[in-house]
Amino acid sequence: MEIRALKLPVADLEARARQIRGRVIRTSHRTKTPHLASCLSAIDILMAAYFHALRIDPHHPKHPDRDRFLLSKGHAAPALFWVLAERGFFPESLLADYGKDGSLFAEHPPTPNHLPGIEAATGSLGHGLPMGLGMALAGRLQGRSFNVYALVGDGECNEGAVWEAALLAGAQRLERLCVIVDANRWQATGRSSEIMAIEPLAEKWRAFGWSAVEVDGHDMGSLARRLEAVPDGTGKPVAIVARTTKGRGVSFMEDDNDWHYRIPSPHEVEEAERQLGLTP
Amino acid sequence: MRNAFADEIARLATIDSRVVLLSGDIGNKLFDSFKEVGEGRFLNCGVAEACMMSTAAGLALSGFRPVVYTITPFTTTRCFEQVRVGVCYHEAPVMIVGTGSGLSYASLGPTHHSLEDLAIMRTLPGMTVLAPCDSEELRALLRQGLQQNGPVYMRIGKKGEPTIPAVEPAIHLGRGRIIRRGSDVCLIATGTIMSEALAAAELLAKEGLSCQLMSCHTVKPLDVTMLEEVFHAFPLVGVVEEHGRIGGLGGAIAEWRCGRKEELAPMVTFGAADTFLHEIGSQAYARGRYGLTAVVIAATLRGRLYDRLREGGPAADAVRD
Repeated sequence: MEIRALKLPVADLEARARQIRGRVIRTSHRTKTPHLASCLSAIDILMAAYFHALRIDPHHPKHPDRDRFLLSKGHAAPALFWVLAERGFFPESLLADYGKDGSLFAEHPPTPNHLPGIEAATGSLGHGLPMGLGMALAGRLQGRSFNVYALVGDGECNEGAVWEAALLAGAQRLERLCVIVDANRWQATGRSSEIMAIEPLAEKWRAFGWSAVEVDGHDMGSLARRLEAVPDGTGKPVAIVARTTKGRGVSFMEDDNDWHYRIPSPHEVEEAERQLGLTP
Repeated sequence: MRNAFADEIARLATIDSRVVLLSGDIGNKLFDSFKEVGEGRFLNCGVAEACMMSTAAGLALSGFRPVVYTITPFTTTRCFEQVRVGVCYHEAPVMIVGTGSGLSYASLGPTHHSLEDLAIMRTLPGMTVLAPCDSEELRALLRQGLQQNGPVYMRIGKKGEPTIPAVEPAIHLGRGRIIRRGSDVCLIATGTIMSEALAAAELLAKEGLSCQLMSCHTVKPLDVTMLEEVFHAFPLVGVVEEHGRIGGLGGAIAEWRCGRKEELAPMVTFGAADTFLHEIGSQAYARGRYGLTAVVIAATLRGRLYDRLREGGPAADAVRD
């Protein structure tokens, strides 16, 4: 059974991304869960992956030839949950339980055995990329041609294990491993480049043996093209440094790091929906 | 012991195509025969243990049975977070092997000692914890451990450990094993300190005290049937491990014991004191500094038995005979 990518056109991806943004904002308000701005910077990347590039089948979530996507920046889990539901991995009604006692949905992804579509339980930063590396090695050993994508934050790149994995993947020339950096220029309590010498990101990945490109992380066309061009012909693992805006899509959240933790009020939800074009 | 490991894992890998070996830049020549098993089946992950452990988890989640091998502190304390999240939370069937455990690398100093690994590894949900006493136990437990459907931690020694003659040859993961039969006192030991425990039993025998010696190679899950038997059958039980006295086998047995309602034999534990060793020497010297010698074990047990005799407890008959 062949497994295919959905390859939705850009306009469709953009329309759905607006819907997902609205759902994530309402979820944050309803359940009082933080990391809203971190979700909003990553949503376009998630949409381009799940609705364009990834060769996956929601009816066969453990298909051995599926592409793997690991949300290494696990605190963007609410965005991932809504994207997986939209893609058909589980009914959206399941998400009504989000934030309730006994729910499957924590503020970080559960393990693959507990929710279809999840490849790794992340949340503790710096785990997703090296776990993805193991999956890419497994694919090569098994002679399969699936890709492994790990979405990391620029703040997450503080973790040494990210760079340990960068070194090993570079040496192994794992061309089917792709890291996407959601470079929204903020981490929990400050500017990423002020807290750690994290830039220049693309040069760092290149220096570690990766083929690295920078893209506008909200340009759905560029994201889709880059994600589906893995492997990229260089024989190296691929790094996509996605330049994003934290809080993207809502003017009063954009590039304002208060929204790493802040919960929107009813009025702010209404205003956000208006800006996203979600109210008639 | 590590030669037996290298030999056995190469043998198992030829039978089971899911077995891959990840090394943290050690044992290069040691694994020459494993490298012939197949392209890519051996992976030197460099001196980057956190990444190595997560990589193993990723391989395990994709159908492989990775075995992670490096010096004990570096497969345990160095990357405990990756063991906890990547391996245990995901219930990933990774076998984690710590080589040169306990005081095997005494002369390298406390950075290379491992006197905490049993304690911390057994706190992890779903983790099986093994400490073979010799090459025979190592081979059997490696085979059986790879059949487990979840994470396994195995601490092993270095090289040159003696093979321990046992009255009970069969080795079953999760089951204690009789090394030597006795009737006056019972000694339970785990891992490579078994040779000292055996020597202690022999010293007691010369003094007319018959010491039963058990190998408790599986520290988690504990063989509670074996514990029930010995804590009822003997007037005194000693527990020996080349590990700190906090949280290892002695700690595990004490946890089991404090949940029991009935009267059980008192226990005495032998392990490292709560201190790093700053005066460096051979493994024998380091064991001596922590009181982990046959002479100290035998003398302590004898003393406790005579205490019981004075108190007129159930040990009285044993000592009087």
